[in-house]
Amino acid sequence: MEVFIQQLINALTLGGLYALIALGYTMVYGVIQLINFAHGEFFAAGGYIGVLLLGVMANMGYMETHPWLCLSASLLLTMLYCAFLAMGVERVAYKPLRKQTRLAALISALGMSIFLSNGMMLARGPLDQPYPLQYSSGGFEFGGLITINNLQIVIWVLTATLLIGLNLLVFKTRIGMAMRATAQDKVMSSLVAISSNRIIALTFAIGAGLAAAAGIMVGLYYGSVRYDMGFVPGIKAFAAAVLGGIGNITGAMIGGLIIGAVEVFGAAYISGEYKDVFAFIILIAVLYFKPTGIMGENIDDTRV
Amino acid sequence: MIQEFKKIWKPGVIGLLWFLVLLWPMTGINSDGTLSFAKPFEIWLGVVAAAVVVMVLYSANKGGVLEPITGPAGALRDRTLTRARQLPLWVWIGLICGVALFYPAIFSSRPAHDLAINVLIYISLGLGLNVVIGLAGMLDLGYIAFYGVGAYCYALLNIHFGIGFWTALPASALFAAIAGCIIGYPTLRMRGDYLAIVTLAFGEIVRLILNNWMQLTNGPNGILGIKPPGIFVPSFEGGFSLEYIYLKKLYLLYYVALLLAVFTMICVYRLNYSRIGRAWEAIREDETAAELMGVNTFLLKLLAYAMGAVFAGMAGAFFSARMKFVSPESFTFLESAMVLCMVVLGGMASIPGIILGATVLVVMQEWFREFETYRMFVFGGAMVVMMLFRPAGLIPAKRMGRRSEEED
Repeated sequence: MEVFIQQLINALTLGGLYALIALGYTMVYGVIQLINFAHGEFFAAGGYIGVLLLGVMANMGYMETHPWLCLSASLLLTMLYCAFLAMGVERVAYKPLRKQTRLAALISALGMSIFLSNGMMLARGPLDQPYPLQYSSGGFEFGGLITINNLQIVIWVLTATLLIGLNLLVFKTRIGMAMRATAQDKVMSSLVAISSNRIIALTFAIGAGLAAAAGIMVGLYYGSVRYDMGFVPGIKAFAAAVLGGIGNITGAMIGGLIIGAVEVFGAAYISGEYKDVFAFIILIAVLYFKPTGIMGENIDDTRV
Repeated sequence: MIQEFKKIWKPGVIGLLWFLVLLWPMTGINSDGTLSFAKPFEIWLGVVAAAVVVMVLYSANKGGVLEPITGPAGALRDRTLTRARQLPLWVWIGLICGVALFYPAIFSSRPAHDLAINVLIYISLGLGLNVVIGLAGMLDLGYIAFYGVGAYCYALLNIHFGIGFWTALPASALFAAIAGCIIGYPTLRMRGDYLAIVTLAFGEIVRLILNNWMQLTNGPNGILGIKPPGIFVPSFEGGFSLEYIYLKKLYLLYYVALLLAVFTMICVYRLNYSRIGRAWEAIREDETAAELMGVNTFLLKLLAYAMGAVFAGMAGAFFSARMKFVSPESFTFLESAMVLCMVVLGGMASIPGIILGATVLVVMQEWFREFETYRMFVFGGAMVVMMLFRPAGLIPAKRMGRRSEEED
């Protein structure tokens, strides 16, 4: 039972991170019906920039005195950086192809993903970049067997904050309304003076910002980042987005949690070597049996 | 020219500044937390110089300043192309066949043979992937899994049962086709992007299985000691008999690879112009309309998967026979992306294009061996650039329409 509860805690942490990445996929897909293959790279770039900024702050000596302030500052800056990165990528590689066939945009996205991950390898080398470990030390212990460390609590709080913030943004503000309108019908929304180009760029920026936050947290959680770390979590997060119903924000959150749980429990109770396979199998099974996902509704036949 | 330049300098400058903002944190912050400015600015200035040259050339071309150069050059190109077209097709085919046949005699060094074998393997793979992507219009990102299935199939049959290459070749093709059907069946209801990501997931699953099923595949250590292909040679010592010898010389293996590649080429060519190929193209252009016209889309899409897998399986069997070693390392996603890059670069659904694409990419890889770390970086960028400026590839296919569902 203790093992189960401990795994549940781990699953919640991992699932929250997958949910953050999955949101970017689902939002972009909702607006322009494109699988943004480069999204995993935004996540990896977030991990890199985060560790670099933390390194700068440690070098300036702020880490000892204000560790949590440093973390928040680098989190914000990293999210901003990845938002910029995503907007640049969108402008260069996706926007000119919006009128082209979907295959062209998809191949362009794939090329961008390879380009970015190898660009990071060239810039930072192929080796693991270690994260400072001080945040994960300390925490709560229950009965000597179940532990929740500080970092897990930080991840939960951060994930919850970002998800609530995103929900408020999308469902309560004018910008969110414009985003939903663009997702529904680009021509009609442009007739009511919504600039679809701006909304698309904004969608990319928000999605990448969330992925960047996940990147830093994954770096802290696992202790290091690597240039190719975006690939597998990217597919898993996509699986989460599909599971929840692509284009649906609440669905992506639920899907992320489910994928995280499946992976953690699968690794604990079935096989650790095949832990990556479980998410993929869920992806295939969902697409086969219920392509609209759990919460999905607005998918017509041509999109599937 | 000035007019044209005025139009593009503003987005150019914004783009370059944007790039600096992205570049500096990635390259300018050292791992120990210190900052450096020289290196990122060096890279940035290089990019700026390149961008300025491109922008000036672009605006000069648009403004008609380069007319004295581009005019005669274009005329020369047109004249050469018409001359080349006037030669009958059989001359070209004969020329290429001649070069291919006598290649080992012309270039006798080992690296040259290695390179040629690699080119031929990738031509087979590219043409096989072309059946799925170019003809049937389904983006398959897990294609290398079939290559892996073929390679492991021959390796295991050879190691455990001592079965020779030529017997195992159809078996490898068959197993790959079965794998293609297994992967194809659940994905057939999907279109476009979903298909891409599901095939990607399948490819990763196959790789993980190869990596983790220790009893069967020996995991990440791979399988060693696979026998090369052999042939029967008549021997007249002590009466007539057939002697089985292994092809250990590299140039002999080259001919096996050539045989395989030519076989693939002929098959894909014939498929392209058969009823099946027409049906695939109809599915690519408009699946709903094809179905209404009586094309059995389900069966044909499954067949496209299986056919693509067959060629990959045979190429895989040859790969393991040639390397005498297989490990899951050779079947990563990047390899799939590489084959896809060849197809995209050469031109989807265009057989000469894919041959050219595979040759160019493999030869480039060899030439720029010292820049190996830049390889995938450049290829990724090339894929984007190709899609932006020449989505039909270097040698576009003659017939290629647009899918009606995407016209809205």
